Amino acid sequence: MQKQRGSTKAVTSATQSVRSSMTSTPFTRALEHLGADQLVEYYRQMMLIRRFEEKCQEMYTRSKIGGFLHLYVGEEATGVGAISNLQPQDHVFTHYRDHGHAIARGLDINPLMAELFGKDTGCSRGMGGSMHFADVTKNFWGGYAIVGSHLLLADGVALQCKMQKTNGVVMVFFGDGATNGGEFYESLNFAQLWKLPVVFVCENNLFAMGTPLEVHSSVTEIHRKANAFDMKSMRIDGNDLLGVREQVGEAVEHARSGKGPVLVEAMTYRFRGHSAQDTQKYRTKEDVEKHRSADPLEAYRKLLIDEEICPASRLDAIDVQIDAEVDASVEFADNSPVPGNEWLTDAGIYAAPLETLTVDPTLV
Amino acid sequence: MAILTVREALQQALHEAMQDERVFIIGEDIGHYGSTYGVTAGFLEKYGPERIRDAPIAEAGILGLATGAAMAGMRPIAEIMSVNFSLLAFDIIINHAAKIYSMFGGKFSVPLVMRTTNGWTQLSATHSQSFDAMFAYIPGLKVVAPATPADMKGMFRAAMADPDPVIFIEHTLMYGVKGEVPDGDYIVPIGKSVLAREGRHLTVVTYSRMVHLSLQAAELLAQEGIEVEVVDLRTLRPLDMSVALESFKKTNHAVVVTEDWQSYGTSAEIATRLYEAGFDYLDAPIQRVNFREVPMPYAKNLEQQVVVTTERIVAAIKKVLNRS
Ligand SMILES: Cc1ncc(C[n+]2csc(CCOP(=O)(O)OP(=O)(O)O)c2C)c(N)n1
Ligand SMILES: [Mg+2]
Repeated sequence: MQKQRGSTKAVTSATQSVRSSMTSTPFTRALEHLGADQLVEYYRQMMLIRRFEEKCQEMYTRSKIGGFLHLYVGEEATGVGAISNLQPQDHVFTHYRDHGHAIARGLDINPLMAELFGKDTGCSRGMGGSMHFADVTKNFWGGYAIVGSHLLLADGVALQCKMQKTNGVVMVFFGDGATNGGEFYESLNFAQLWKLPVVFVCENNLFAMGTPLEVHSSVTEIHRKANAFDMKSMRIDGNDLLGVREQVGEAVEHARSGKGPVLVEAMTYRFRGHSAQDTQKYRTKEDVEKHRSADPLEAYRKLLIDEEICPASRLDAIDVQIDAEVDASVEFADNSPVPGNEWLTDAGIYAAPLETLTVDPTLV
Repeated sequence: MAILTVREALQQALHEAMQDERVFIIGEDIGHYGSTYGVTAGFLEKYGPERIRDAPIAEAGILGLATGAAMAGMRPIAEIMSVNFSLLAFDIIINHAAKIYSMFGGKFSVPLVMRTTNGWTQLSATHSQSFDAMFAYIPGLKVVAPATPADMKGMFRAAMADPDPVIFIEHTLMYGVKGEVPDGDYIVPIGKSVLAREGRHLTVVTYSRMVHLSLQAAELLAQEGIEVEVVDLRTLRPLDMSVALESFKKTNHAVVVTEDWQSYGTSAEIATRLYEAGFDYLDAPIQRVNFREVPMPYAKNLEQQVVVTTERIVAAIKKVLNRS
C-alpha cells in the first residue's frame, strides 16, 4: 500500500497498478459498497468546504472576519476522505486549518460563519475564531493553534476510549511542519506504547508556512518517522478522495481493532497562502498553477461525470444550492448578537467560578 | 480525629479518589518504583497498571494525555514528580488546560488535577525552584498549596470535585509534618483562606510550608510579648484576601512570607493587594521574606542563606514593629 520513495504521482500510479491487476479500483469498490448517492455526497462536502472558504476570504477582505485565516483550499479530498470513515462515537482533533475538517465532520456552517464573525451564536460562542472551531456534540474537539500539542490531547481522548471501552477511534490532523517538535514524538511513543486507537493524519502540503519540507525536516518521507516507534504507517495520495477514503479506512480499522495507532502521510497541496496575509515568496506561480490544474475537487467532479454517476447538470444544481447555504450563513452571522461581557469575568474562564472572588480586584 | 502525616493524609485522599472509576493516576515512577515521595506506594498493587499508569519521562505527554482524557470525561490525576520538570509541560498547562474552557465558548472543561512538589535539599539550581507565581499568573488555572494534613486531604477532595484544571502544590519537606485530620468525608473549599494563629500586633500572610515556619516564629515572639497573627492563604488562584485584610485592619502591620523569589513573585501580588485595599490601615511598610534571588547553590552554607528561616521571619517582624 505504501511506497517508500517518489512523488505523490508515483504512489498513485503504483497503487492503481496493483489494484487494476485485481480489476477493481477504489472507485469501483466505493460504488459497490456505498452507492452513487454517497459518492455525490462527498462531492457536496468538498464543494461546501471550497465555497465556504472562498466566502471566508471575501468576508476577511471586507473585515467581517479578523485574526488569522488559514484556508484549506486544495486539500479537501484528504479531510473529506479520511473523516468519511468515522462513526459517531469517534473523535476528531485538528489544527488551526480546521474549517474543512469541521465541515466534513458535519458541523453546520451557520455557527461556523458566526464564529468567524465573532458572534455569540458561533460554535465556540465567538471566543475562538477561525482557529478554534469545536462541537463537542459531534466529538469534534477543536482546532488548536499551537503547532503539535493537540496530538497529545488526542492521545488522551484515545486513552479514554480505551479505558472506558467505547470502541471509539481518534483521528488527529496536523501538518508536515508539526512533525519536527517534541510533542509529535511524545504522542507517537505514548500511542504505540499503550496501543491507543489513534489515526495520525499528517497533511503533507510540502510547506510549513513558507519553509519547504526539505528545509525543515531531515526526513522528508514523514510516514517513516513512525518507524522509530514500530508503528504502522502509510503514505497516500491525499488528493484522490476515494483512495484516501479506502486507505485511511484501513488505518481506522487497524486502530479500532486494538492493534494500535497508525501514522498516515497524505500528500497534498494548499492552493492559497498559509494564511490570508501570506505573500507567497517561497513558491512560484507556476508551481501553484501546476497543482491547481490537478485540483482534487475538479478531478472528482470529472470522475463522477465520466463514470456516469451523476450528470453535470445535477452537480451544477448542487453548487447553486451550496452557494445559497453559504450566503445564508453570512446572513445568519451578520444578524447574530455579539457575546456578552460575562466572558470577561470568572464565569467565562472557569466551569466552576468562585463567585465571591473576582479575578482582577481593580474591576470590582 | 486522627493524627496523620501529610503523606498519610494524601494517601487517604488518593484512595478515596480512586473509588471513582473515572479516576486514574499518570506520572513518572508512581508505580513500579514505588513513588518518589512514597505517596502512591502500594497503589499499583491495589489498582493495577490500567489506573496507575507509569509514564515515560515525557512531561508534556503526561499533561497532554491527562488533559485530553479529562475533556472526554475521565478524572485524571497527573503527577509531575518535581515542579521543576513541569516547565516541559507549560505549553499544555498554559496554552491548553487553562484555555480550553473559555476558548471553546464554555462547551467543555478540563477536570484535571496536577499534583506536584516544591522543595529543596541541596539539589542545586534546577531542582530547588518554585513556580507558584507562574501558575497563579494564569487565568483558567486554580492553584492550591495547602499546609496541613487536614487541608491536604480536604483540598484534594475539592480539587477532584472541581471541573477546572487544578494545580495542587505539595512540598517535599512537608510530607512528614503531622496534624489532626477529621474522620470521614469532608471538603476544604478552594479559594478560602484561614487564620492559622490569632494575635494582635502584626499579621503574617503566608501559605504552604511557610505557614509552619511562621508559626514557629510567632511562638518565639510570644515569649517576648509580641502576638503575631498568621493567615494561611491555602489557595493562590483565586486569591482570597478577606481573612488577611480583616487581620491587617486590626494589627496595622504585615509581613508576607513566601518560599519563592521576591521580584514578580507571589509575595509581590499579596503585598500589593494589602496596600491597595488596606492603605488606610497601614502603620509601617510591609516587609517580605523570600528566597534570595539567585539560582540555588549546592553548598549547604550558601543554600542556608538563600532559603527562608524562622530567624529571618522573626527579624522581619521585629523590623516592621520597630523592635530589636
Ligand atoms: C508552537 C508553534 N510554533 C510556531 C507557530 C507558528 N506557525 C503556525 S502554523 C506554522 C506552520 C505549520 O506548518 P504545517 O505543520 O506544515 O501545517 P500547514 O499550515 O502546512 O497545514 C507555524 C510555524 C505556532 N502556531 N505554534
Ligand atoms: Mg504544511
